[in-house]
Amino acid sequence: MKRYSGFSLLKNALSYHENWQKVWRNPTPKKDYDVIIVGGGGHGLATAYYLAKIHGITNVAVVEKGYLGGGNTARNTTIIRSNYLWDEAAQLYELSLKLWEGLSQELNYNVMFSQRGVLNLGHNLQDMRDIERRVNANRLNGIDGEVVTPQRIKEIAPLINISPDSRYPILGASWQPRGGTARHDAVAWGYARGADALGVDMIQQTEVTGIRRKDGAVVGVETSNGFIGARKVACVTAGNSGVVAAMAGLRLPVESRPLQALVSEPIKPCLDTVVMSNAVHGYISQSDKGDLVIGAGVDSYNGYGQRGSFHVVEHTVQAICELFPAFSRVSMNRQWGGIVDTCPDACPIISKTSVDGLYFNCGWGTGGFKATPGSGYVFADTVANDRPHPLAEAFNLDRFNTGALIDEHGAAGVAH
Amino acid sequence: MLLIYCPNCLEYREEEEFSYGGEAHIARPLNPETLSDAQWADYLFFRTNPRGIHHEMWYHATGCRRYFNATRNTVTYEILETYQVGTQPQITGTEA
Amino acid sequence: MRQLNRLLAAGRTDQNKVLNFTFNGKDYQGVAGDTLASALLANGIDVVGRSFKYARPRGIFGHGPEEPNAIMQIGSGASTIPNLKATQVELYEGLEAASVNGWPSVNFDIMGLIGAFGRLMPPGFYYKTFMYPKKLWMTYEHFIRKAAGLGSSPVESDPDSYEKLNQHCDVLVVGAGPAGLVAAREAARTGARVIIADEQSEFGGSLLASTQLIDGLSATQWVADITKELGAFSNVQRLPRSTVFGYYDHNFLAILERRTDHLGISAPSGPRQCMHRVRAAQVVLATGAFERPLVFAHNDIPGVMLASSVSTYVNRYGVAPGNRLVLAVTNDNAYQTAIDWYHTGRTVVAVVDSRTAPNGVLVEQVRALGIQILEGHGLIEAVGSKRVRKALVAPINEAGSEVTGSVQSLVCDLIASSGGWSAAIHLSSHTGAKPVWDASVVSFRPGESKQQERSAGACKGTFGVLDGLIEGANAGAEAAKLAGFGEGQVQFPTPLIDQIIEQPQQALFLVPHSKTTSRAPSQFVDFQLDVSAAGIELAVLEGFESVEHVKRYTALGFGTDQGKLGNINGMAILAKALGQGIAETGTTIFRPSYTPTTFGAIAGRDINHLFDPERYTAMHRWHVDSGAEFENVGQWKRPWYFPQVNETMQQAVDREGLAVRNSVGILDATTLGKIDIQGPDAAEFITRMYTNSYLKLAPGKCRYGVMLKEDGMIFDDGVCACLSENHYLMFTTTGGAAGVLSWLELWQQTEWPELQVYFTSVTDHWATATVTGPNARKVIAKVCQDIDLASESFGFMDWREGTVSGVAARVFRISFTGELSYEVNVPAHYGRYIWEQLIEAGAEFNITPYGTETMHVLRAEKGFIIVGQDTDGSMTPADMNMDWVVGKNKAFSFIGKRSLERSDSVRENRKQLVGLKTLDPSAVLPEGAQVVNDPNQPIPMSMQGHVTSSYYSASLGHSIALAVIKGGLSRMGDTIHCPAADGSSIAAEIVSSVFYDPTGARQND
Repeated sequence: MKRYSGFSLLKNALSYHENWQKVWRNPTPKKDYDVIIVGGGGHGLATAYYLAKIHGITNVAVVEKGYLGGGNTARNTTIIRSNYLWDEAAQLYELSLKLWEGLSQELNYNVMFSQRGVLNLGHNLQDMRDIERRVNANRLNGIDGEVVTPQRIKEIAPLINISPDSRYPILGASWQPRGGTARHDAVAWGYARGADALGVDMIQQTEVTGIRRKDGAVVGVETSNGFIGARKVACVTAGNSGVVAAMAGLRLPVESRPLQALVSEPIKPCLDTVVMSNAVHGYISQSDKGDLVIGAGVDSYNGYGQRGSFHVVEHTVQAICELFPAFSRVSMNRQWGGIVDTCPDACPIISKTSVDGLYFNCGWGTGGFKATPGSGYVFADTVANDRPHPLAEAFNLDRFNTGALIDEHGAAGVAH
Repeated sequence: MLLIYCPNCLEYREEEEFSYGGEAHIARPLNPETLSDAQWADYLFFRTNPRGIHHEMWYHATGCRRYFNATRNTVTYEILETYQVGTQPQITGTEA
Repeated sequence: MRQLNRLLAAGRTDQNKVLNFTFNGKDYQGVAGDTLASALLANGIDVVGRSFKYARPRGIFGHGPEEPNAIMQIGSGASTIPNLKATQVELYEGLEAASVNGWPSVNFDIMGLIGAFGRLMPPGFYYKTFMYPKKLWMTYEHFIRKAAGLGSSPVESDPDSYEKLNQHCDVLVVGAGPAGLVAAREAARTGARVIIADEQSEFGGSLLASTQLIDGLSATQWVADITKELGAFSNVQRLPRSTVFGYYDHNFLAILERRTDHLGISAPSGPRQCMHRVRAAQVVLATGAFERPLVFAHNDIPGVMLASSVSTYVNRYGVAPGNRLVLAVTNDNAYQTAIDWYHTGRTVVAVVDSRTAPNGVLVEQVRALGIQILEGHGLIEAVGSKRVRKALVAPINEAGSEVTGSVQSLVCDLIASSGGWSAAIHLSSHTGAKPVWDASVVSFRPGESKQQERSAGACKGTFGVLDGLIEGANAGAEAAKLAGFGEGQVQFPTPLIDQIIEQPQQALFLVPHSKTTSRAPSQFVDFQLDVSAAGIELAVLEGFESVEHVKRYTALGFGTDQGKLGNINGMAILAKALGQGIAETGTTIFRPSYTPTTFGAIAGRDINHLFDPERYTAMHRWHVDSGAEFENVGQWKRPWYFPQVNETMQQAVDREGLAVRNSVGILDATTLGKIDIQGPDAAEFITRMYTNSYLKLAPGKCRYGVMLKEDGMIFDDGVCACLSENHYLMFTTTGGAAGVLSWLELWQQTEWPELQVYFTSVTDHWATATVTGPNARKVIAKVCQDIDLASESFGFMDWREGTVSGVAARVFRISFTGELSYEVNVPAHYGRYIWEQLIEAGAEFNITPYGTETMHVLRAEKGFIIVGQDTDGSMTPADMNMDWVVGKNKAFSFIGKRSLERSDSVRENRKQLVGLKTLDPSAVLPEGAQVVNDPNQPIPMSMQGHVTSSYYSASLGHSIALAVIKGGLSRMGDTIHCPAADGSSIAAEIVSSVFYDPTGARQND
């Protein structure tokens, strides 16, 4: 892999950019692999990268039905934070945040991880109790965070409305300075380029249509381009997990729902942090291009349509206009939806299954993007060693039987 | 935004009048105490979540306040029928 | 200033009405009917903006929503609007416009120097650099962000209001060009309710700039006639200035109508914009088409425009945006621009046609005018800096892939180009219909309909006006029929119009240059974001093969014109680089909004205090008058505390609490949810919902219950009273009322329809005043004579019907304070009256109104939980030390029971509710503090639980707290620690959660 740098840019500019190397190969699939990863989104690509990089397993294929990073990786609002309430979730997301902090250098690909901080607003007394509880828990877990006053919020985000006369006035917030945003596409491309350089095959435009098993163990996958053998199959297909699980005769406690987002036209920088509110339900940041990137709530019904209902968008925009009355005259440029696989406890499943050699990583709900590096890291470890990574243990499938859920609903603020 | 035919009100009404009630036709086990944890978990948490035909409950919250069932395609969002709780759908299968 | 480009022929403008406006602080004049763009062109303004990445000078390129360059900040102060396209801004007197980029000015932009280093900024350059040293990224980004954005957001609140209108119609016609107008007319005459919406200021679409005759009339006269005709139908709603910006499921479409933006300061008060939320039975899409510019070197220099835009400025606005025109085409259609320009009296230098031997009707007309036609030529490069000075043209091969002869230079100041037309398939694409490439018209056509819609005219790839009229009429009749009106037959005769026979066009997108694309001067595809043909080829070279990858890598189509101008060119260039056809390359899916949509209009009225309804009790005004501070609880406004003059919150709460403990207090408890439950199976049903049994609850009796979700976790709690046989009143928490009612209905309707039981929310029917404290009985005795208040006849957890101050009342002896309590319920409209009567009756005992904060303290002293504060959705009754409320021997397996037996529910070491007593009695633990065993443990610390409730108790003289702690019930007497952010720590002892009157003697009094 030819490394990227300011120097390489200059050198290539002198040759009219005619000599750049391909970011990844476009190989013909081999007959079989040690590991097949189903799903070429951020999590799948990260899994492939860490399998190769840390565990030395390079005979790996990522099989993607569309194009790399084309699912939720391409459709989210790019928020990164680790200030989750429960120990299990906080430790997983904090591992992820630590990996984010060195990711551009690790991958030699600038994922533009911008630590501009995340505010989770509180609008009533119970919100504030929950914020205190979460920030205290974060602090004792070694995760940065503080509880801030409305005045401090106003300093961080000057256009925000902290009037006590609002319908739901802002009483305070949690503030995680290390949180922020990253360039979503770059994450997928960076991991793909890194994995490719280590020998991983990216098989795009190839849909997995079946999971072939023999004597209770996985032997490979049927695809739209024929059978590919594998000793292990790791499924990371957010938005389609239930369908893929059914191919192996498994059921998952996930439901797939539309999650909508929208962006404004680019405006001059005026919001230099990420603002999230559970009570009025909206979240917003401003991209490096100037777009206001806004997230809506999950639609109530199951859907695979990558679109949701307009009234959900209306409600989100109302929330944004409540928080930032000045944005009322800015315009929405584009809206879209992703499909999120939601678990009953708003936490993921990173687990072995009852089929030998078959692993699932799913159910991230609205929290998937920020977890990309950590998810790939612990899942690669789980697949490589055929036992849960210590940080993945709590996220096993069996928790739904025992009742040991890790309930991040509500307590963690908006779970995005 | 969905337009939903309420089989009690006998009218098409806007989605905003309804709330979603989850998958339909999941009967509560008659003797929960006799079930294993896994069987109970299956009832509690595991849903079919199909890509295609889905039988689901809706609740006409600002209308008649009645639950009813709908057969809806989860890809196209087309609602193929709505029917009363306790009755069976006319349209079944997985693909639209 | 003289408008040097203003023509004598006024087009649709009124040159007698002069309008003054400013652009970048300088005064100019335009005329009524101008857009800002036409006025700027009339005044000879070349540079109107700077490009995003390279800060290159840019001029007006188009005449509609495809405009990528002329992005303006309109107005100032609180009512400023960012990012309007000058081509869509109607001119009004006093309009203030400013370019959104360029410093110190748009004509001299210091950032333009960066453009000189453009070669260092190919697509994706930022992914490849700014990585080292790691800590500098935030600094790099700081400077990158300085260049971000187009216009500026206002900083003040929006002074305007926005309206919403929910509408139904039988046929919605989108677009009032030729096809849309006749479609609407055909639908209208059937009696169907028709809405026809068009984004422009007047109906007519492309006909507004047409020189063709229709039915022997000028096109604009024909438009005026049919528009009037439509207005005569009472079943037709005409919506000009109205953009259908999104097509959603089940034929729901959203229309943004701009009501006052075009009126400037003369705008009347009232909504600025109106959002029509339309449910249409049938839809006719007649949204027209966008002309494609040709991609050639330096095609972004001001003075390069679309051919149809030049014609539009000439014919519709009476403005000639230059003097010497060079027209570059691949088709017959654009020859009209040469004819239009010729008639302005200005010079057509040449028509440069990529085809060999063109000989269509229009071509021959141009030839007949003596205009030079360079056949088999390409316009390969524009020359100039802030205005075009020359066009470089050269012969090209038949495939349009390379320059085959020597380059000649044509002196000109205006270049217009046309690479054909692209159907505006956006709305059809919103529905999920997959567009289909049709090489015969060099355009996508809408895919198979996914909704009740059909396209007609240019948006379907039918580019001739006559064919569009026929298609539109058929579409209107068909839509009406499917909506239940008419027979589907067209009634009106087809308008008479000359059909211009056109020779085949050439599918040319990128005009070849003498140099390879990578070495040629930039050939721009997406102007706003500086995406060039070389950039697209580079993306392919680097292995990005999917159209989505290339779009994302290069930012193609991500500007505010949403790729209307450049997307198809970009895809064609991509297809060629991949060595495949456009059909295989695919298209991207268009998403709403069709054009940018004001957030305020999407929000509508549901902001400020209408964001969520506020609910008030009948006594609310009294609380306000008494100086109460309020707390939001769900949608309710509840008094939080009642401060007296110069009192702090703590002082007020201390005073209120002591009054209750020592004499009597009064609380407005109206907001608790109340559900009236009746039916022969009511008791059975209630017993299934609560953890305890109600089968033996007698009339006159109350019982406290806890409700679980099926996962065994506490979800709500409250008292349920038996009013009479088969008749119960269930109290819920304030915030949980609606959820509990739905919950009851869910189970009754879907699981146990055989149970005869009925529910009615009566929360709003009753007002409740809680009189509590040792003197409570004395107060009630003064206002209620028909209830025997003696404890032996009206005991704790009893309720009685009686008369309070002459009002029929239900009085409940239930207590959330641990004191003798009477909850007086009266019909809501007597609420304030009863409240005042009780205050008056209690005056001699100094009856003290108290709020939710004191209520919380008093109940915490008693160890009573608040669901949602002491529980969080992961707590069972056992965790709350409330096993006593679980009827383990109930016949029916109540909701949630089975989950209480899961292995995790019965595990040791679950978090359990306990009391905490700080070692320093004055230290109040923060609510939300985490509990650890060893305050000196290094981070990460082992957290044992957290403080759920914490107060200073005036009556006990020390602080109290409730907490949930792992195995807490077996750790009585242990010392735990709550570390604070500042490194300090508060030590506390684990004690019983009941701090006050553990035997309950006071409430039972």
